[in-house]
Order: sequence, then C-alpha cells, then structure tokens
Amino acid sequence: MANELQNLQEQVAAALGARCLKWEGGELPAVHVPPAEVYSVVRDLYDDAGLAFRFLTSLCGIHFTADATGDGEQLGLIYFLHDLPRNRRMRVKTVFPVAAAEVESITPIFASANWMEREAYDFYGIKFKNHPNLIRIFNIETMTVFPLRKDFPLEDRTRHDKNDPMFGR
Amino acid sequence: MNASAPTPRQTQGGVTLVSEAPPGLSGEGFFATSLSAAIGLARAKSMWPMPYATSCCGIEFMATAAPHYDLARFAMERFAYSPRQADLLMVMGTISKKLGPVLRSVYEQMAEPRWVLSVGACASSGGIFDTYSVLQGIDRIIPVDVYVPGCPPRPEQIIDGLLRVHELAMSESLRRRDTAEYQARLGYYGIA
Repeated sequence: MANELQNLQEQVAAALGARCLKWEGGELPAVHVPPAEVYSVVRDLYDDAGLAFRFLTSLCGIHFTADATGDGEQLGLIYFLHDLPRNRRMRVKTVFPVAAAEVESITPIFASANWMEREAYDFYGIKFKNHPNLIRIFNIETMTVFPLRKDFPLEDRTRHDKNDPMFGR
Repeated sequence: MNASAPTPRQTQGGVTLVSEAPPGLSGEGFFATSLSAAIGLARAKSMWPMPYATSCCGIEFMATAAPHYDLARFAMERFAYSPRQADLLMVMGTISKKLGPVLRSVYEQMAEPRWVLSVGACASSGGIFDTYSVLQGIDRIIPVDVYVPGCPPRPEQIIDGLLRVHELAMSESLRRRDTAEYQARLGYYGIA
C-alpha cells in the first residue's frame, strides 16, 4: 500500500510538474494546485495513460474563515477522482480568495460535473467559466445568499416562535 | 317514534338526530332539518382528502388510512390525487421553500369549499428545521383550518384533526367563501 501511494505521488508529480503545489499523503491523497490550473490538471490526470483518473466521484466546495487560514477568507474546491483500472483514488484541491471565486468548468471532461458545479455555485457562490447552465440547483431560484458560507446565519431569520422575552432566541 | 314523551333535542353538528327529533319533525322515513345542516352533514361525511405527504408525518398518515385505524370509518377512504376533485388538503411533512410555490398552486386549484389540515410540527411551524431551506410553516403561503401538533403525530391525533375539520364543515356557513372574514384571509395571502 505504501509503495502504491509512493508510486502515485511520483506519477502525479511527474505529470503535473510545477502545477503540483503540495502533496497531502494518507489513504486518500490530495494534490494542491493553483485555481487557474484546475482544468489542465484534471485533463492531464484523465489523459495520462499511467494515471487514467477517468471517473469523477464527487466535487464539493469549501469555505475557510480568515481565522482558519490566517490569510484572509478563502473558498475552495475539492475534486474526488477515481482511477478505475488500478482502483486508486485521489483528490485535487484548490483554494482562492472569495473575491476571485472563479475557476474553469470541467464539464468538457466530465459531464457529471455539470450538476456538481451548480451545487458548488448554489451553496458557495463559486463561479465556473464555460459552464453550460450555471444556475441554482437545490435552493429556490429567488435566493440571493450562499447559505453554506460560514458567515451565513444558520437559523431562519423569519421564524418567530422561538423568540423568548427572557432569554432571546 | 316516542311522540307522547318528547326527549330533549339532541344535535350533532347542527343536525337533529332522527331518533331524538321532536314530535312532528320526524316520522317513518323522513325528518325535517335545515338545508344548511343537511348539506353540511353531506360535506362532512363525504369529504375527499388530498394527501400531500412529504416525510414521516406521511407515514403516520398511511397508518391512519390503513385498516388498523381505518379512515373509511369517516367516509374518507376515497383519496383525491387531483386538487380539482379534493375538498381537504392534508399537508403532512416538511415543506421546503422551493416546494412552497408548488403547494400554493395545488391549493389554488382546489374548488370551494376547501379546507386545509396541517399535520405535524414541520408543516405547522417548520419544526426542528429552523434553517434556510425550509418554509417555517405552511401558513406563510396558504390559509390553514386545523393544525395537528406532534413530531410526528400519532394516527389518533390525525383522526382528531380530521374530525375537527368535519365539525367545521358541519357548522360553518354554506357559503363561507362569501364571508368577509374568509375574503380577508385569502386577500392576506394574495389568493384570488
């Protein structure tokens, strides 16, 4: 197992070159890449005959507060990829400032990314360049907030029955 | 009939029971009552409910409709799965904000007279789902006649709520839709 992971790290490092910012080991390893390179990284992991990560298990957004990063608020994306012939899995991680929350859509590579990217847009407000239909998927169309961001209040502001004159809400 | 010794008049939802009717108002094969009471009785005893079940309260409703609790006892075994044929909208379960407009259009398609029964904490107030995606009570979008509390309520509670809807049907004005109060209620929700 350790050897296989070592091999994977070496293969990925060779395929990505300078785009590989950091390698995160463990049973489900991850490679950190710059946001502008997400599309090319996923494309190379897909095309490389020795890697063949041709199945997108999942894709999700993530939000880090300024306290967590020590470097301002950041949004991120995590792609879960699967190399079916060799049964290996890995993640591709990227983070970017909230003001520049835009990455290239990977729908040309994985059609299944269409709804997943809409979900990330719906809950985190991450935009995807060249997405064919970037609209909300789970929440009502008229919603104007991105509810899974950490600054969004969890409880519904329109609820009255929990208001208590002595103890507040 | 016991004509010589009149018993005290007993009524059920405004309808005088045949066996206890005062002399002269009933006999072999007939009884006299007001038209509104007769129609109210007919409405209550032939109500077609439309189940709008979205979560666990819907499971309790299925138990209510099954033979053990047996909704057919209340002449309600015929469910209308079209709002156009339904008299009673039974909302059972969590209604998300995205589902709100759908529920509202279902209500708008129902013909008068129509009643709404809100079953369970979620439909009545949002319940435990105090969050961005859940409608905090269906009375934000449609008028509700009877609320059934519980999370989820037992079938007995649902039956109790249904019987209260029956009481409404028997006791309300036949043309409730014309009353100022009802008009104001619909106006509050912006339903024409």
